[in-house]
Amino acid sequence: MAAGVVVVGGGQAGFQTASSLRAEGYDGPIRLIGEEPQAPYQRPPLSKAFVLGKQDPSRLLLRPESFYKDHDIQLLTGERAISIDRSGGWVGLASGQQFAYDALVLALGARNRTLSIPGAGLDGVCYLRTLAEAAALKGRLESARDVVVIGGGFIGLEIAASARTLGKTVTVLEAFPRLMARVVAPVVSEYFRAAHAARGVEVTLSALVQEIRGTDTVKEVILASGSAVPADMVVVGIGVLPNVELASEAGLAVAGVPPHGISVDEFLRTNDERIFAIGDCAEYHNVFAGQRVRLESVQNAVDQATCVARTIAGKPAPYHSAPWFWSDQFDIRLQMVGLPAGHDRLVVRGSVEDGKFSVFYFNGDRLCAVDSVNRPADHLAARKMIAAGISPTPDQAADESINLKTL
Amino acid sequence: MPKIIYISHQGQTTQIDVPVGDSVMEGAVQNGIDGIVAECGGSCLCATCHVYVDEKFLPLLPPIGDDQDAMLDSTAADRLPNSRLSCQISVRPELDGLIVRMPETQK
Repeated sequence: MAAGVVVVGGGQAGFQTASSLRAEGYDGPIRLIGEEPQAPYQRPPLSKAFVLGKQDPSRLLLRPESFYKDHDIQLLTGERAISIDRSGGWVGLASGQQFAYDALVLALGARNRTLSIPGAGLDGVCYLRTLAEAAALKGRLESARDVVVIGGGFIGLEIAASARTLGKTVTVLEAFPRLMARVVAPVVSEYFRAAHAARGVEVTLSALVQEIRGTDTVKEVILASGSAVPADMVVVGIGVLPNVELASEAGLAVAGVPPHGISVDEFLRTNDERIFAIGDCAEYHNVFAGQRVRLESVQNAVDQATCVARTIAGKPAPYHSAPWFWSDQFDIRLQMVGLPAGHDRLVVRGSVEDGKFSVFYFNGDRLCAVDSVNRPADHLAARKMIAAGISPTPDQAADESINLKTL
Repeated sequence: MPKIIYISHQGQTTQIDVPVGDSVMEGAVQNGIDGIVAECGGSCLCATCHVYVDEKFLPLLPPIGDDQDAMLDSTAADRLPNSRLSCQISVRPELDGLIVRMPETQK
């Protein structure tokens, strides 16, 4: 009898793998192993609708519990995989259970990078990735007045927007000279800085956080400049570390720009032909960027899961999806497609002043990425162009009389 | 609770009581209707919860926003005048009996 597929990781990628395997007609056993106590749920609303009290936990579930029974997927929650026996072809769990596999999918996700400055362990220092962390953060927010967010990336800025919407005094401390510096163009960074400031968020750039002070609970955040920012709570959003240990301890290759991801080929297969890695923990050659990347996004998780499911179901095709991302902050929707690596020219379409614009990144003549602010039609057109390898000229990109859909 | 009637591309009809305030997408996903995928979880970002709304209910729906309009241009199945993203239809008492038909494919 077939051992079937074991999927380790109960996040978006793990869920989608199990779901897509059935949709692709795979009829062997499927086991989905997740560390968290809940069935797989959506993480994106945690920083937004959930902390604002607009979406309760039952509505976060990707599917109801009955879905797993109905599709003959064995869902194991609250279980952690601790070892892989590659020659024997089985996975060992912390609880002592062992599951044999024909194919193993590692959708291990990532964990938050933690602060290592004095005071980082004080009560009131919060992180956000899991529902449990989101619930703790939401509870804290109810009684907090002064909220300090360390990190001006997507998570930090989304939390800042939510906290400000709840009427809190909010300060964002960003170490780089601009917001979301890793992922958007300078004009977009500046637009968001001004937009947050206009809505009452204090944004401090080039802020080096030296210490968090308090007795048991946080009281203030001290910067290298010497200034002190009052804080009833501190939210830390300074990036993630991919969970690769289960793979590396089993001798699977990990590589890439540090922090390393689990290395996979175009079929998302590791150096063991029966083991795949997908989502936040995997690094692969991205054809759009022309380099190896590790991406943290819903799109990457879903599309890689779908790709792996097809391969396991006997319909292999290389992974070839254009990366896209989004972030909602206040009433502003930021959408990105492609990867800006290697760009040498930026072109703006639309009006930055009116808060409706897109930034087109060109690498020579080739369109490699587009950031859109409240311009969903540009984003969708760009998704299609980048996926199809079509590039407008920079002049066409800037000219609003030209309909991008017709290119 | 308002009843929403989901008709699969193959013609199978399922009637579901959906709480007021939930979306038509959520009503499907939380009740195991497979023809609606909803990859992005209802953020109007992926166009995999596309439905064809029964004509007589169209006047009761809110106008199509810019986001939805852009997404509807990239549905996997053809966009028709009664195409909507089901994540953008919030269930209200007036929508009791709403009929939505699912397209052949969402991806």
